[in-house]
Amino acid sequence: MSGAELRKWNEVPIAGVPWKFSTEYKTGDWRSERPVIDHGKCTKCLFCYIYCPEMAIKVHWTSDGSKPEKVEVDYNFCKGCGICANVCPVKAINMELERR
Amino acid sequence: MVGVNEVKWTPTLIELARKPDYFLPGHRMCAGCAAPVIVKLTLKALPDPDNVVVVNATGCLEVASTIYPYTSWKRPWIHNAFENAAATASGVEAAFKALKAKGVWKGDLPTVVVFGGDGGTYDIGLQSLSGALERGHKLIYVLYDNEAYMNTGIQRCSSTPQYAATTTTPAGRVIPGKPEWKKPIGFIVAAHHNVYVATVNPYFWADFVKKIRAAAEYEGPAFIHAISVCPRGWRHESKLTMTISRLATETCLHPLWEFDPETREYRITDRSLYIAKHPDKKVPVEEYLKLQGRFRHLFKPVRRDHLIKEIQEKVDKEWEYLLRLAGFK
Amino acid sequence: MVAEQVEMLLNGDFAVAWAWKHVEPDVVAAFPITPQTLIVEKFSEFVANGEVRTQFVSVESEHSAISAMVGAAAAGARAATATAANGLQLMHEILYIVSSMRLPVMLGVANRAVSGPINIHCDHTDAMGQRDAGWIMIFTEDAQEAYDTTIQAFKIAENPEILLPIMVNLDGFLISHTAMNVKVFKDPKVVKDFVGETRPVPKIKLMGEEVELSLNPRNPIPVTFGPFAYYDYYFEFKRQQIEAMKKVPDVVERVNDEYYEISGRKYGNGRVVPWNVDDADIVAVVMGSAAGTMRYVARKYRERGVKIGILRVRMFRPFPWRDLQELLRGKEVVAVFDRTQDQGVMGGPLFLETLAALHYLDDRPRNVVNYVFGLGGRDFPPELVEKVFDELIRIKDGKEKPFVKKYVGVRE
Repeated sequence: MSGAELRKWNEVPIAGVPWKFSTEYKTGDWRSERPVIDHGKCTKCLFCYIYCPEMAIKVHWTSDGSKPEKVEVDYNFCKGCGICANVCPVKAINMELERR
Repeated sequence: MVGVNEVKWTPTLIELARKPDYFLPGHRMCAGCAAPVIVKLTLKALPDPDNVVVVNATGCLEVASTIYPYTSWKRPWIHNAFENAAATASGVEAAFKALKAKGVWKGDLPTVVVFGGDGGTYDIGLQSLSGALERGHKLIYVLYDNEAYMNTGIQRCSSTPQYAATTTTPAGRVIPGKPEWKKPIGFIVAAHHNVYVATVNPYFWADFVKKIRAAAEYEGPAFIHAISVCPRGWRHESKLTMTISRLATETCLHPLWEFDPETREYRITDRSLYIAKHPDKKVPVEEYLKLQGRFRHLFKPVRRDHLIKEIQEKVDKEWEYLLRLAGFK
Repeated sequence: MVAEQVEMLLNGDFAVAWAWKHVEPDVVAAFPITPQTLIVEKFSEFVANGEVRTQFVSVESEHSAISAMVGAAAAGARAATATAANGLQLMHEILYIVSSMRLPVMLGVANRAVSGPINIHCDHTDAMGQRDAGWIMIFTEDAQEAYDTTIQAFKIAENPEILLPIMVNLDGFLISHTAMNVKVFKDPKVVKDFVGETRPVPKIKLMGEEVELSLNPRNPIPVTFGPFAYYDYYFEFKRQQIEAMKKVPDVVERVNDEYYEISGRKYGNGRVVPWNVDDADIVAVVMGSAAGTMRYVARKYRERGVKIGILRVRMFRPFPWRDLQELLRGKEVVAVFDRTQDQGVMGGPLFLETLAALHYLDDRPRNVVNYVFGLGGRDFPPELVEKVFDELIRIKDGKEKPFVKKYVGVRE
């Protein structure tokens, strides 16, 4: 289940302490649909950001850092749940079939 | 006074977006699960999120966020067993107090945040929770309520709403789902008198984060009851999670209120306050029920109006009770 | 250098409380159950008088007591609690978790029979039910040893090679409520120097950084305790615990010796306490206060020329199989005494594990028999010991029908 080479008992920390952050586990391959943001319509309200359970909406700030310039989907982790498309007040997000 | 009105903070999404993530992506919660949103909002709302220790009861959140050797927690975290999150947190809280008294820990005591599911809080964990609250430990207990024992496969809990189908209360020919009403955990906790109690909804994020802030500022135990919509267990499309979450409050099945331990007052907040002042804005429960597969048997193959009516009447009764408590009648 | 000590009239429970007072654990959880209650009652007096800075958590059940200890120890604090019988059984699921998280929690157990029927008196069934939970288990013989062992317990458990929780057992009522003159250290600083002012939190390497194995929020990498481990790693964690257990016998002996330096008292080699075993033909293997009674009777038999020895097992977990092999090889008769219920087995746990150790000897003892005694506080007075010893002599002389196990003191 760890998806990597299995270590011996004396090669892992004691007390069962995990030694990798989950950011190394790309849940992006779970999805069957992917959200696509129409940046022309997007008002950077950040609703998608706050309601995303995967923390998969990345906010890019303006050069002076005062406000969001662009929001982007982190497809490494997006599971394609569709919440972002559903909550977007201006319907700027469309769920498209994932093709690989 | 303790509560959202005392919190000197006007949160914005921009401010929350600037904060780092303490709960990392790559966790294995279902697509569309509200629990990660609850964790995200809780940790981002804390005044000093670097100085926090998280205690977690066994459940969906605990299991899916710490599949060895991965962890999604960027804060110290401990999972002990199912029914003892509050007791474990009592030990953590007492330990830091002792270490500070001995001069080993310097500076502010860490905030102890406990995440417990409805399974580990309403039933098996109720004793441990009550004990911790009675002893007055300073901790924030966040109940993420998905209304069944979801991690073991959607079994009935005392938190399951009336007539919901679960795997141990299936909608059968004779018994149409769980016959009992949902246990009023918020009032049970409030009856301990020394606890700041608040119901929250991740959809209403501003109310949510302000209540967490109020909890953090209170010098005593706090209990935050969050409704945690579950696409898997409630059987709906994952994209509808936040819609259903919003409706839970708009139908008054999960009204937003808080209990102030200092003044012993109940206050209704945010969307529920709006509904209290404009009763015509209260949404009929049917709008909420018809979106969920666990209530499908109320509509298909035939509409069971008497059951839907029974739920509506009970909701109205509970809402009236809350309005009375909050001084609206 | 032996430190100055004063004599106090203390029963076993008070002795443990005084040891806690001198060690000053950071967090103590308290829940009453006879016959351990006096420990937490006495300690609560020290807390109420401000004589210790311990956080005293009056929990609402033993399950919460041990759970709070998990939280406290994980936070890096020194944690102690006490229980007995059904209280210990209520802790059962958590005991395994404590040892899996390598938390050196100290648990005082005033051994008492388990329900049903409800019985508050001494037997070892409660502790024996937990023997596979991965805890270090030591059985004491009297209040003095209860005081000494409680202090030693912290040092053993917190050793960075060990990091396992430890149970200090004392016979319910027979030790817990029986007073004797106990020598306690006059200056608590002696004890603090012995165990350290605070718990030494171990460091581990995690994601390339050195971090405290604790919930310290200031760790450069945060530590997650208690993950969900699939079948791909669970076995390896148990293997780690087994490895730590292997190091315990040496540490117990070392701490026994170090304690001797400051107190003038030692208990055998820390693991077993032999009395006239070397030249004995007949050896009785026993744990707890019954050893004292047996020694008292054995002395009289020795005067008559009977070569009888008493071997008290002090460290039951890890099982001191090497010591038993060394001391019992070639003996004529070995009688193992269990003060535990043995339902549907050839004999009690002490007997079975002794047998397993002796099996691998070339010069195995000729006769190994089991006596189950003292259940539910049934007295084991000298008269009864004499009857057993007479039987053992008959076994040695070949005048007794061979048997595996007998019950002593039950009306049958």
